[in-house]
Amino acid sequence: MKVKASPESAEKVITEGLIEVGAEPAEINRDATFESLDVDSLDLVEIAQIVEDEFGVELVGDDVQNLKTVGDVIDLVVAKSA
Amino acid sequence: MSERVVVTGTGAVTPLGVGGATLLDRWCEGATGIEGGVAACRDFDPLDFLSRKEARRADRFTQLAIAAAEEAIAEAGWGEGLPYPPERIGCVIGTGIGGIGSLESQGQVLREKGAKAVSPLAVPLMMGNAGAAAVAMRYGLKGESFGVVSACAAGANAIGTAVRLVRSGQVDAVLTGGSESAMTGIAMAAFASMGATSPTGISRPFDARRDGFVMGEGAGVLVIESAAAAERRGARGVGEILGYGATCDAHHLTAPDPDGEGSARAIELALADAGVTAGQLDYVNAHGTSTPLNDRSETEALKRALGTRAGEIPVSSTKSVIGHLMGAAGAVEAVATIKSLGRAVAPPTVGWEQAEEGLDLDYVPDGPRPLATIGGVALDGAPDAARSSRIAISNSFGFGGHNAVLCLAAT
Repeated sequence: MKVKASPESAEKVITEGLIEVGAEPAEINRDATFESLDVDSLDLVEIAQIVEDEFGVELVGDDVQNLKTVGDVIDLVVAKSA
Repeated sequence: MSERVVVTGTGAVTPLGVGGATLLDRWCEGATGIEGGVAACRDFDPLDFLSRKEARRADRFTQLAIAAAEEAIAEAGWGEGLPYPPERIGCVIGTGIGGIGSLESQGQVLREKGAKAVSPLAVPLMMGNAGAAAVAMRYGLKGESFGVVSACAAGANAIGTAVRLVRSGQVDAVLTGGSESAMTGIAMAAFASMGATSPTGISRPFDARRDGFVMGEGAGVLVIESAAAAERRGARGVGEILGYGATCDAHHLTAPDPDGEGSARAIELALADAGVTAGQLDYVNAHGTSTPLNDRSETEALKRALGTRAGEIPVSSTKSVIGHLMGAAGAVEAVATIKSLGRAVAPPTVGWEQAEEGLDLDYVPDGPRPLATIGGVALDGAPDAARSSRIAISNSFGFGGHNAVLCLAAT
């Protein structure tokens, strides 16, 4: 059974995922863009895999394409998990 | 007369350490990079060359290629920027297997967690052209770029292909070489299963007791440039690639032609391409894998191609100290050969003790030996005033019958 995502738990899992794919920990915050973190589409697929593993939320296609910031993905995960 | 191709930089990461000079120094000391039946690059830390992010996006064979390229670029004096338009610089890097470590670990993910858990990085990690792609991207090389796959001949085939690319006039320079890191569960088991690797874990090329090769990992990269372009930018070459010959045995899935016909023809083609006679050769860097079949057929090939001269030239195998680097072997051995010629030394076949009937060449068993032709006089006694450099061939042969021979020179 997957855990339901809270804003806090989603932020924690996504931050850890970003660090895992090589983003600078000090630069990660809600307003940081993926571009500024040098996070590309391949990295986002890995983040999506981590999120799905943790919360059972599937991020696909259009969901992911419109994401620009760390906050965007946290909000989306929380919304889809609700 | 086709365009001359000079080598302006070399780099190598091997089981004897990081750096081409380290390889030759330690080889001549008789040191070995083989431990526990394998030859790993224990001194290599990818984070010395790559960011954490870059490192996780590159299989170890690609990481090794980048480290070797870094050294070659620095020696060529390209550290401050490319000397030619990026569109006129190519990148050709060979490998035997590519990112098999990544393939195996992702295979495990697939079996344990299912298809959706397979990494989006799996393809760029395991593809055989990853080394060429990564080196091209790192330095912004925008000319022709690809991987070369011909098993244990890949490194030499890559360099030969790069030479032809420069001679064609399409590019001014190419970063070229080979890279391999395949000491993984499946690869080790598979080579053992076919009886190719040494059950005793000892690499002793040309010795009567040899019983297979020892698997190694590493990378070698050379910066090659058209001699005219290098001269215009005032670059001092460290060597020259005089010629290249490549053939196929078309004989057996894995075994070499016992007569050495295909490999002899590759040697003859390389010499003809170089405009060099057997009498002018100072040294042979053998493929010398330590397998019963290769070392016998290679000896036959040398006799067939070089005639009586075969018995007079020092012949040694780098694999005696670093094992078999497979797709990287030809490139690492080209680096070692150029450095050997530059220092006028024939490094030894370390560990050679027992002769076998028919394996009767001079395998340099007793430690490094000064090359005899310093001053440009060939051993056959003919004065060769025009020649100030020393000349060698470096042999590479791969499963599938691929034979690639480079004729190299250094002053």
